[in-house]
Amino acid sequence: MNQKNLPSYLDQSEDVKARFDKINQRETILEVRNLGKRFRTQQGEVEALRGINFSVRRREFVCVIGPSGCGKSTLIRILAGLEDHTSGDVLLDDKPVKGPGQDRGMVFQGYSLFPWLTVKQNVMFGPQIKGHGKDEAERDARTWLELVGLEKFADSYPHQLSGGMRQRVAIARALVNQPRILLMDEPFGALDAQTRSKMQSHLIDIWKNIDITVLFITHDLDEAIYLADRILVLKAHPGEVQEVIEVSVPRPRSPGQFNTPEFMATKARLEQLIHPAPAPEPEDEQAAQPQMIRFTNVADNVE
Amino acid sequence: MSLIANLASVDSEMRKRTLLAIGSFLLPLLVWCMVSYVPFIWHPKVEVTDPGGVDYFQIGMLVDKSQFKDEAAFTRTEKLAPPAGKPANPIYLPAPHEVAQAFYTGFTKQPVQKDAPWLHESLWHSIQIIFWGFLISSLIGVPLGILAGTYSTFARLSEPFIEYFRYLPAPAFGALAVAILGIYDGPKIAIIVIGTLFQQVLIIANTTRKLEATIIEAARTLGTRGIKLLTKVVVPGILPDLYRDQRILLGWAWTYLIVAELIGTSSGITFYITQQARYQHFDNVYAAIMIIGIIGFGTDLILGRLGRRLFPWDRTQDRR
Repeated sequence: MNQKNLPSYLDQSEDVKARFDKINQRETILEVRNLGKRFRTQQGEVEALRGINFSVRRREFVCVIGPSGCGKSTLIRILAGLEDHTSGDVLLDDKPVKGPGQDRGMVFQGYSLFPWLTVKQNVMFGPQIKGHGKDEAERDARTWLELVGLEKFADSYPHQLSGGMRQRVAIARALVNQPRILLMDEPFGALDAQTRSKMQSHLIDIWKNIDITVLFITHDLDEAIYLADRILVLKAHPGEVQEVIEVSVPRPRSPGQFNTPEFMATKARLEQLIHPAPAPEPEDEQAAQPQMIRFTNVADNVE
Repeated sequence: MSLIANLASVDSEMRKRTLLAIGSFLLPLLVWCMVSYVPFIWHPKVEVTDPGGVDYFQIGMLVDKSQFKDEAAFTRTEKLAPPAGKPANPIYLPAPHEVAQAFYTGFTKQPVQKDAPWLHESLWHSIQIIFWGFLISSLIGVPLGILAGTYSTFARLSEPFIEYFRYLPAPAFGALAVAILGIYDGPKIAIIVIGTLFQQVLIIANTTRKLEATIIEAARTLGTRGIKLLTKVVVPGILPDLYRDQRILLGWAWTYLIVAELIGTSSGITFYITQQARYQHFDNVYAAIMIIGIIGFGTDLILGRLGRRLFPWDRTQDRR
């Protein structure tokens, strides 16, 4: 399809509009107000995040996207309570967030499973920390392992599983605590393309079937459009919200929608925001000028 | 890579490894055999079999080759009966079979000297010293190391002093240890503790620091905090590496043993070795030295096997 014939990414069909109206009537789970983060480094102070404002409604799927260095990982780490912010508020159910807690589940890019525990024991970890008995924890773990389709691997160790399976365990381990929101920091970034798209569909299935709100960080535009209700686009230096896009691609989503006009219009807009007109190359890149020298016979051509 | 290799080649690879491992022991043994049994290799001495006309020669006496030649020339000019002898090695280099024999008799025959300890008695005493020394050192060093590796404040408070102290050679505390703890086993155990403990704290602190940060972060997002973070996450997370460190440190404890046993009243395997050397029973000396190696190496092999059984999830073991 030609770029020029694309509809505006803002155009929403009746169904999509109705869906957003419904979402906006739900209660707010997570609210971020005027959030800022400054680091002190050896080169002086760096402003990683500035004036971030957004809110996530119950059972909404929000993706955060932005160029590298835009502070999207810092943002999610602040939401998880793993890092402190320097200004503004993070409210979960109207209560300020202080430190990590079971009300916010987190899935990391590196699988971060506990290698000394079996798959089942990994999932049981949260309930047991909460003080649940072993039997109850085990029952919960079995339920959630079934949900992610890994009940057969309950007694395997993480290193015996593939990357996709490990990430399923990580999702089950986070969900078993029944958090209010699931924070996912580029969870599928290390997977190959095929496993990745399988995991995306799987995640949508999980999200549809349980009462969970998702905040998902990615740098993959297709992934963001495919998964999200709304996309938070950040820009770098300092990290600020550039635009919040309501994805006009109708649900239920399927990989077949990648070529629909709505999808392509949204992607074109994201590309415009994230990869603007080529910026001048940084100095260190310019310094590396390849000098091509012929090492093979003149007649020995590959092209 | 080994995933690609088929089973047959893994099998032959294993066989090759075993053969090479055996070879690494056979090679030095072969050199020792050659030096001992091939008369024209080295053998700087002559063992007198017949003193002939040399008045101070006795049967079985070891003399330098040059001396023997001079004396033989002397008997020729003086028209005396010539002495006879065969090439021999110095007394401090017994042949393999003599050491093997000493090894056997050390456990089966009453020692030649009265009241001298049996080889196994000496050995058992040494093993007890090592055991207590290493146990006491670990009881202090492992918790300190884990704390220093986990909490940077604690590390900054303890590590500079420990770093300084570990440069003080443990034997330097010998006289002090005797003054405080008496002349028997106390100071010996103390020397092993001093020699091991300070390295142990630093090594274990380092191992603890290498635990992946995301593992701790994941545990925190799952609601773990305070002491549970230490007992449920940090300790199990570093356990295989901690176990490996302890194996290496146990080897260090053994190296301090000989010095430790010379302090106060000499005891254990060191007493056995010095005593046997004094009577020039060098075959016994070699046997005793070798058994230290066998015990150390043997324990490490067993602990290594045990580790593989204890920590089935530990991936670093696959790389060996």
